[in-house]
Amino acid sequence: MARFDDRVFLISGGARGLGSAQARALVAEGGRVVIGDVLAEEGARLAAELGSTCVFRMLDVTNEAHWNDAVAAAERLGSLHGLVNNAGVYAPVPMLDTTAAEFERHTRINQLGTFLGMRSVISAFERTGSGVIVNMSSTVALRSAPNAIAYTASKWAVRGMTKAAALELAPKNIRVNSVHPGPIDTDMLSVRSREENLRRVQQVPMKRLGTKEEIAALVLFLLGDESRYMTGSEVAMDGGAAL
Amino acid sequence: MNRFTDQVFLISGGARGLGAAQARALVAEGARVVIGDVLAVEGRQLAAELGQACRFQLLDVTSETQWAAAVDCARGIGELRGLVNNAGVLIMLPMMETSAAEFERLTRVNQLGTFIGMKAVVAALEQSGGGAIVNLSSVAGLRGTPNALAYSASKWAVRGMTKAAALELAPKNIRVNSVHPGPIDTDMMRVRGEEENLTRTQRIPMKRFGTAKEVAGLVLFLLSDESRYMTGSEVAMDGGISL
Repeated sequence: MARFDDRVFLISGGARGLGSAQARALVAEGGRVVIGDVLAEEGARLAAELGSTCVFRMLDVTNEAHWNDAVAAAERLGSLHGLVNNAGVYAPVPMLDTTAAEFERHTRINQLGTFLGMRSVISAFERTGSGVIVNMSSTVALRSAPNAIAYTASKWAVRGMTKAAALELAPKNIRVNSVHPGPIDTDMLSVRSREENLRRVQQVPMKRLGTKEEIAALVLFLLGDESRYMTGSEVAMDGGAAL
Repeated sequence: MNRFTDQVFLISGGARGLGAAQARALVAEGARVVIGDVLAVEGRQLAAELGQACRFQLLDVTSETQWAAAVDCARGIGELRGLVNNAGVLIMLPMMETSAAEFERLTRVNQLGTFIGMKAVVAALEQSGGGAIVNLSSVAGLRGTPNALAYSASKWAVRGMTKAAALELAPKNIRVNSVHPGPIDTDMMRVRGEEENLTRTQRIPMKRFGTAKEVAGLVLFLLSDESRYMTGSEVAMDGGISL
């Protein structure tokens, strides 16, 4: 019996990066997964690769109808046990060059998207009898970083919402925790130049980028029964970057 | 092959409560464990029960000599890979009734003991190519707690030392993280009356105490390769009580 046998999970932003590593790890441990993403080609390809226990659904996280569709797809696979809110954007620019529109784009995807995701799974969790939500925040929400004010604001909001939701959902036997990755070797970092990323690595106490598989192990710990007494917690996995 | 096969761990305060649950869980997953504690009878009994893979060593955490002996004992059974600083005391007293002597007693065990413990294992962990230290702080190290001033001071200190040590030890490939349990069903909770503990339970969002076994699940995650990109992190497992 694997750790996640017969349990269904919904992974937003699951087509690539952190979310895809979580989908792979969950399926490897017996879970069934709905990958939600706006990247239809990559999402469908990954779902096909992972086989009959994985389904792709088009999911723009700012769209409530998309969320409802993704949850319905998940419930066709079985009882929904967990949600991981990965979907996010990161476009670092100095504060004075950040337009209101760009600010709102970050807020809508990273923050409103997380809120809508949490809201959309509650009824399904109640039918299951319990549930667990993992929200992807960031090390910048533990200690702020320059030149990414819109991203930083949205990730602090995710940290705060996690705690508010944890309190509200505890009576329903739903746990909510946040994960705070440091610099992880994914496409998201390609917005910075190679030199910038190298310089950044030197600022990490562990002197390397993390991997998406490492973050997936933490996410699975939080989705699993091993963390059943944890709710409202914020867990950094950042090689010490927040120190 | 188990998760911790042939790895050696030193557990202070391992004779009962949280430490005993960690020792049991580690041995069950293939590890060898040295239980250090001032409680010789309980410690020897547990070591005998856990068999060949477990040794008891008398350990007053304020004694550098006894730490050195415990580390020697650990090296005698293989490569030391981790330390858990559990040993601690809790007394509940209003601030104005806390004597300087009592304050210093808690500081010495909870804070100085953790410091000496970290220092004692560094050379051995370096020889093993790296390792992991887990320091037991508390929810009282995340926010204020009334009637536990000395305990709170020492647990905030443990939280801060964890981050300082994480930065200093990262170049040696030694990770240091803190765990912040909420109310856990152990003997330590008996310092409060039964009624007080019941009232307290009602204030926990999850409406129950945690178990030593649940905290052990988190400690093992932090000792293992699954958390290899985590250092300087503080992880609450408290049923949401710090919210």
